[in-house]
Amino acid sequence: MWLIDSSIGRKLIMSITGVFLVLFLLFHSCMNIVVIISPAGYNAICGFLGANWYALLGTSVLAAGFVIHILYALFLSYQNMRARGSEPYAVKSSQKGVSWASRNMLILGGIVFGFLLLHMYNFWFKMQFAEISGIKTGNFDPADGAAYVKELFANPVYCLIYIVWLAALWLHLTHGVWSALQSLGLNNKIWLPRVKVISNIVSTIVILMFMSIPVYYLLGCGA
Amino acid sequence: MDKTINVTLKIWRQAGPKDKGKFETYKLDNVSTDSSFLEMMDVLNEQLVSERKEPIAFDHDCREGICGMCSMYINGHPHGPDGEITTCQLHMRNFSDGQTITVEPWRSAAFPIIRDLMVDRGAYDKIIQAGGYVSINTGGVPDGNAIPISKIQADEAMDAASCIGCGACAAACKNGSAMLFVAAKVSQLALLPQGKVEAASRAKAMVAKMDELGFGNCTNTGACEAECPKNVSISHIARLNREFLVAKFRD
Repeated sequence: MWLIDSSIGRKLIMSITGVFLVLFLLFHSCMNIVVIISPAGYNAICGFLGANWYALLGTSVLAAGFVIHILYALFLSYQNMRARGSEPYAVKSSQKGVSWASRNMLILGGIVFGFLLLHMYNFWFKMQFAEISGIKTGNFDPADGAAYVKELFANPVYCLIYIVWLAALWLHLTHGVWSALQSLGLNNKIWLPRVKVISNIVSTIVILMFMSIPVYYLLGCGA
Repeated sequence: MDKTINVTLKIWRQAGPKDKGKFETYKLDNVSTDSSFLEMMDVLNEQLVSERKEPIAFDHDCREGICGMCSMYINGHPHGPDGEITTCQLHMRNFSDGQTITVEPWRSAAFPIIRDLMVDRGAYDKIIQAGGYVSINTGGVPDGNAIPISKIQADEAMDAASCIGCGACAAACKNGSAMLFVAAKVSQLALLPQGKVEAASRAKAMVAKMDELGFGNCTNTGACEAECPKNVSISHIARLNREFLVAKFRD
């Protein structure tokens, strides 16, 4: 199967799942920002995306996207480490135009994944999982998402944890978005700098939308 | 007046492919800053021979940046710290008096060390043998204006064709990927009418060979382009990806 056997096929899987996850993040961040504008509206969205068949289907597809992206990342990184050879260079140097993020995508991905587990416990487990299973996991009604957000971000430590997490995600995305387009072959000499700018804009928009929420609560506006 | 400098060289010595290598330190005095890096290496080797020591093995041939034979990883850069040149075009004026210069061979699983600074880059030849040619009958030499090709297309093909296959891209890549080399070789032919005929099969065959030989997967860091002595652009990699994916989806 060329999607597994060939290097470009493997990269195709990485880029498609990556683009899918970026689209999800755009959707997720648009949804989150509502909590600042209107907590009632946010709860209505939480209601739509609770224990409904379509929300569960969406969650499963999303989970599959994450799993494939992560497994392929590990597989590709292992192969790349072997291709590099056993003897490292004694003098390492950085090149002009090579971003730090592009050299550390696996590490950044690992950081993002680690915090993702915490995030799943903070919200998914207490909201969607609580609704499906009927187990009481928190102090509020699982559909009252705004209350959970307010409770978590009342703790400034959590605000800072989420801000650090989002910074790592931003670095991951600045390389990831244009790299996905390059791997899909959607690039040329003229579009190369443009695609990089688009990549920075998309990742910055996503992260600013996400980050506005912990910052909003950290500044005490949501109290 | 000739300016001279004294340098300390830390050079990788390895007796054979299976032997364990290590760095040896040499001192070389009164090196003319007008001499090339390889001339400096020649002087060092003469000094070693006069001391009845084994000279350092390194690849070199044309010494004018065309053949792609010279291959030293100098102070953390393939072909040294200066940009867009090969090792043979590097001059000692890029170094300062008393500086320690570390010289390593290309390091990549697909480029095994033969001896000292010499590596076996036969893997690149095998990739070319897999499809880096035109095998259709294109007839005799046509008139210059018989096949119209746009200037943009011709320039792009020429830029790709400037690749000398030295291996700096795979040596610089943190993933040991040969994508820039393969992309250049696929692009230079795919952009021209005679090469377009076999473009799909060529992309598939060359990528398959590249993967088989143990090169890594491209993660678009761009280190290859930054270190390429001919400044081949990574936009050719996008073209290779496109050619390959279209060919596979057609199948």
